[in-house]
Amino acid sequence: MDNHPLELTINGKTYKTAVEHRKTLADTIRENCDLTGTHVGCEHGVCGACTVIVDGKTVRSCLMFAHQAEGCKIRTVESLARGDELHPLQEAFIENHAIQCGFCTPGFLMLIIGAYENDPDITEENLIEVLSSNLCRCTGYQNIIKAVRSASGGLLAIGSDADA
Amino acid sequence: MKAAPFTLHKPGTLEEAVALLAEYGEDGGLVIAGGQSLTPMMALRVAYPPHLVDINAIEKLSQLTVGDGFLSIGATVRHAQFHRHFVEAGTLGRLLSSVVHHIAHYPIRQRGTFCGSLAHADPSSEWCLVAATLGAELRLTSTSGDRLVQINDFLDGAMSTTREPSEILTEARLPLLAENTRFGFYEFNRRAGDFALGMALVAYDLEGGKIRNARIGVGGIEEKARRLAAVEAALEGKTPDSEAFAAAAAATVADVDAMEDPTTSAQYRRDLSGVVVRRALEIAQTATRF
Ligand SMILES: Cc1cc2nc3c(=O)[nH]c(=O)nc-3n(C[C@H](O)[C@H](O)[C@H](O)COP(=O)(O)OP(=O)(O)OC[C@H]3O[C@@H](n4cnc5c(N)ncnc54)[C@H](O)[C@@H]3O)c2cc1C
Ligand code: FES
Ligand code: FES
Repeated sequence: MDNHPLELTINGKTYKTAVEHRKTLADTIRENCDLTGTHVGCEHGVCGACTVIVDGKTVRSCLMFAHQAEGCKIRTVESLARGDELHPLQEAFIENHAIQCGFCTPGFLMLIIGAYENDPDITEENLIEVLSSNLCRCTGYQNIIKAVRSASGGLLAIGSDADA
Repeated sequence: MKAAPFTLHKPGTLEEAVALLAEYGEDGGLVIAGGQSLTPMMALRVAYPPHLVDINAIEKLSQLTVGDGFLSIGATVRHAQFHRHFVEAGTLGRLLSSVVHHIAHYPIRQRGTFCGSLAHADPSSEWCLVAATLGAELRLTSTSGDRLVQINDFLDGAMSTTREPSEILTEARLPLLAENTRFGFYEFNRRAGDFALGMALVAYDLEGGKIRNARIGVGGIEEKARRLAAVEAALEGKTPDSEAFAAAAAATVADVDAMEDPTTSAQYRRDLSGVVVRRALEIAQTATRF
């Protein structure tokens, strides 16, 4: 089938490529833009490993076709660290052992950051509900919750970066 | 887990969208709204539409407004827009924000749409239950114009509606609820975020301590969400107490024609239907603010 020209804006940078209409945003980010931090697990919306932020909304990138994201501002896990300096939430994940095999981690980071940007005053109850969106087979979630609690001050500080 | 090839169309206006659907609808072309049901089905190759008409760029389909006695929900209004109580919609706004958290997960609710849920017609769709219980009116638009359809004439069974392939569901209208309407929603499933095994929505007006104008619906139990007239009749004029709720639960079990699937028997679902109706009634009775 035909590849169609496509321009994506990811983490403030423009990527020019060409993909079939059927190619998902997740696969395009990984294979055409070489940003392999976004992981692909189930490919049908269940696991959340592919979570990215599109125009400020936290979404499953396996449930969007790349051509649908043309003209949108996309943010992936690669947007978080500043050079060698990790984002406070990434630091908190390490500190609190919220990361074991790490397969789910990029998805959780983007899930949490998107939810906090939309609602900086998110309640504990809603936070737990948001975290239930993604699957982690290793940590049992308790350490992820601890990491979010310990980082929540630092998380708010990144709000101003939302357009990066 | 990759979708079959198709051509994506991204019309900027409704006129272009209906023209595209007139051209491709009969050959299996489909609307894509939030894509949160269709994209997984395409990945699993359960669906393989040769053309997709993406309606997300059509500005006028994104409106959520209160009209004269109803809430108008445009085709690209997302589930997440009901996360916060939509104040102008009063009691109905509170009802919608109490139900929405039961639909899928947070990121899925950022893209999935109210109208897409109705068009998809999953028997366990929370919005189908809300629409059926409260009596939604739907607008279907094609190159020949608009037609209005009542939700009961629209839902036609599991994943099946009376929509013509050339029609776009452009708007759903829900009647606003009176200030004194009490409501309760209860859903049972094995894990948070999963599709419901059974759920109930109840709404009634409390006049002089008695139940009036009861609207009782169940979802996930039968092939499509449905109001239960027999149960409503059993509650009319009764005092909302455990005796009335037990009678309503018994009337529910007697009335439903429960579905069966490999993990859940019809008998289980029938029993569950009474439980979810009773619990929804208890929630309506005890909630502190309406
Ligand atoms: C992991 C997961 C869990 C989920 N859990 C739930 C749940 O608990 N409860 C629930 O209700 N849903 C659940 N969903 C589905 C979700 O709510 C969908 O958003 C919804 O079913 C369909 O809305 P959509 O806008 O995404 O539609 P799409 O996926 O875009 O479309 C679905 C179907 O409807 C048609 N369609 C959509 N909009 C229109 C329109 N305006 N006019 C004509 N045809 C149209 C499409 O052609 C397609 O056939 C879940 C999804 C996932 C991935
Ligand atoms: S890969 Fe997207 S949700 Fe699992
Ligand atoms: S750390 Fe292994 S899946 Fe979450």
